[in-house]
Amino acid sequence: MTDREQSTGIAVDSAEVKHARKRYRAERRFRMYGVAAIAAAAGMLALLVISIVATGWTAFYQHSIALDVTFEAKVIDPKGGRDPSVLARADYRKLARASLRKLFPDVKKRGDKRKLYGLLSIGVDQQLAELVAADPSLIGQTRRVEIYASDDVDSFLKGFIDREAPESDRRIKDKEIAWLDKLETDGAITSHLNLRFWTKGDSREPELAGFWGAMVGSFFTLLVTLALSFPVGVLAATYLEEFAPKNRWTDIIEVNINNLAAVPSIVFGLLGLAVFLNFFGLPRSAPLVGGMVLALMTLPTIIIASRSALKAVPPSIREAAFGVGASELQVVTHHVVPLALPGILTGAIIGMARALGETAPLLMIGMVAFIVDIPGSVTDPATVMPVQIYLWADSPERAFVARTSAGVMALLGFLMLMNALAVILRKRFERRW
Amino acid sequence: MQIWLILGVILLLAAYGYQRGKGGALAAVSGDASQLHSLPSYHGAYVALWAAIPALIACVIWLSAEHQIIEALVVSGLSAESQALEPQRLALLMSDIRNLSSGDIVRADPSLEVQAAAARYTELASISLYAKFAVIAALSAICLFFAKKRIAGQFRARNRVERIVRYIMIAASVIAILTTIGLVLSLLFEAWRFFLRVPFHDFLFGTHWSPQTAIRADQVGASGSFGAIPIFAGTLLITLIAMLIAVPLGLFSAIYMSEYASPRARGAIKPLLEVLAGVPTVVYGLFAALTVGPYVRGFGESFGIDASSESALAAGLVMGVMIIPFVSSLSDDVINAVPQTLRDGSYALGATQSETIRQVVLPAALPGIVGAVLLAVSRAIGETMIVVMAAGLAANLTANPFEAVTTVTVQIVTLLVGDQEFDSSKTLAAFALGLVLFFVTLALNIIALKVVRKYREKYD
Repeated sequence: MTDREQSTGIAVDSAEVKHARKRYRAERRFRMYGVAAIAAAAGMLALLVISIVATGWTAFYQHSIALDVTFEAKVIDPKGGRDPSVLARADYRKLARASLRKLFPDVKKRGDKRKLYGLLSIGVDQQLAELVAADPSLIGQTRRVEIYASDDVDSFLKGFIDREAPESDRRIKDKEIAWLDKLETDGAITSHLNLRFWTKGDSREPELAGFWGAMVGSFFTLLVTLALSFPVGVLAATYLEEFAPKNRWTDIIEVNINNLAAVPSIVFGLLGLAVFLNFFGLPRSAPLVGGMVLALMTLPTIIIASRSALKAVPPSIREAAFGVGASELQVVTHHVVPLALPGILTGAIIGMARALGETAPLLMIGMVAFIVDIPGSVTDPATVMPVQIYLWADSPERAFVARTSAGVMALLGFLMLMNALAVILRKRFERRW
Repeated sequence: MQIWLILGVILLLAAYGYQRGKGGALAAVSGDASQLHSLPSYHGAYVALWAAIPALIACVIWLSAEHQIIEALVVSGLSAESQALEPQRLALLMSDIRNLSSGDIVRADPSLEVQAAAARYTELASISLYAKFAVIAALSAICLFFAKKRIAGQFRARNRVERIVRYIMIAASVIAILTTIGLVLSLLFEAWRFFLRVPFHDFLFGTHWSPQTAIRADQVGASGSFGAIPIFAGTLLITLIAMLIAVPLGLFSAIYMSEYASPRARGAIKPLLEVLAGVPTVVYGLFAALTVGPYVRGFGESFGIDASSESALAAGLVMGVMIIPFVSSLSDDVINAVPQTLRDGSYALGATQSETIRQVVLPAALPGIVGAVLLAVSRAIGETMIVVMAAGLAANLTANPFEAVTTVTVQIVTLLVGDQEFDSSKTLAAFALGLVLFFVTLALNIIALKVVRKYREKYD
């Protein structure tokens, strides 16, 4: 027996010490579970962001094929009247094809020719038509024009299609690869920022599809949502918090609002379909109806946030205002609401951010239609960003995968902007009483 | 566009009324504002409110009734045989008439009758437009005039304005109730029409779901069958998987955040979890379909299990991740609400921190945690986009998480997206499912809130 054991009376390897060690190990283990849970959640978030960025970033640039296009007058404008409607409807595809044939004179078979033409996007006629419409003096001249490559060619140039794979498994065949290699050595293939994505509406062709239409649609929808839910929400919150007597009615309203906040969003879509579309006969696919549905959905959020902001204003403010003779309404409108405004606005922005990301109820009211035109008002057919993402995610073309993820990045960008605004508001104007 | 014009007119009249009211009040006391009962601006506001509110109400009523009245008038002008058409064909005819009237693309060569009706439609619409303008402007002007007449030195304008504002506020609060009533009524009404065709019992307890109804009477598989059990089973399976992910992860995150983490670590972890809650569900859906689905399939195949890329497991996993923040933030709140004295008592008896948490804090917080889990379950049941994009459409009655299953929300979306006439059994079935969804989530929420509230009272 050593001195130490004698002095403490406990053996180092006695049952008590072992037990204590076991308990400390359990302590550490338990703590590790917590860290592991948080790490797992963070890891999933990181995985999500990485997978989106990794698939999406290639959609931000795009390949074009530069061709010397001869704008032949007899094709574009045989009568020579330079009538815009004639210019718009001319067969521009023929011009692009002619210049392709000039580059590859030894392509003779019909099937091969079709493949050759397929290198270019189907939108080539639109692209050339826009050029001519902007500058009719082009007619009769030869210009070097960068024409969008088709989605398969674009995918190939971005390295998504493996050259070494057996030909039958490839969307781009050997002949096409040979042509593209020749174009590449000629320096005719250029890659550039995908401006179309930010300026155009949807298209069936991935290389032509843009996100701008959905962005405008989201803007109009949110505008309607904000115009309806913000005033109504603030008024309701002010009433319930400042004026309402405590009775059964206000209790019912309160319970009601809390329950509405938890109703699945898709049920609001059913309401929109049954009431706004079928009963009131409002137009399908319109941002007006979408905004109304989302307004009903965000209303509880705004009311709850506004109420807690109003509750945070100390009673001394109210008493001081009453003391100098203000009426009930003056107390609220001159003092309480202005002081609570940062909190109310923060709640409203968070509600709007949620509405911006909402998809399901909008599917119910027909905002899933395929819409090329940029909506010009709240009653034009439109789609919104998350629905556009859903639509693209459903498309079979390989090149839409990248566009879908690019759309997600744009949407997340807007959400981050809105949330940052809410945080700044809260940080700058938050008052501690 | 016309709506903006009308609103503009009303606003102009209200602004004019404000000026007139203010000026009138000052004129009534020959410029000496101290003689007035209320500030001049209240007199102005009184007149402006009277100029705007009745006109706005009239405008809303007009806009919501206009459509039906014009349609009814046009239908009554159609020939007897057109009027005798079935409702669906009549609706088709009406949409032709509308399109022709608005100058959109129509089916080739509309008949003379349709052309005449379209002309009538255009005419009625323009009459309604002018009448609307006239009535609303006149109403606004008349109300303005009478309100202006009441302005006098001792007129209690402030009290009047405050009363009107209070009514507006009450109306705003009632909208929440109206929304609920609208929700319940629209679901009940459409679901009732569904149950007239499909017996209630067959819907709730049937085991075969194939909502395709026949177009021709003699078609194979003529009438669809609406047994919702496979759908409910699929929903439960996915919810179960989601909860298996979300409850442990969320609960342990909450325990770590509230019991172990330093304030700085907490300040970093909390926003991280909030970001997880702020990601739109369509993004999670894409993640599930694009990344997790193929991975789950590969995982299943490596064990020799035949997995489809749309599987309950993929959807459930991602949904679980989405729900982590709900569980963690609600549990965090309840754990923080457990009084420190309980912990101190436990430490004093020699318990370690984890023993305190497991044996004192968690049992004390249990009702709140149960409430949080119930809220999370209700969230999972109502979640739509993840399952639409990743869970599949086949109504399989299976417990195998590698198989594709379908859920209530997926079926609602697939039944209603796309063009079909509104009162087929197919579309009505969506409302019956919506009704079930609404009541189940409502019940879960009410129970959860009750549990949480009861628990709060215990320590207050």
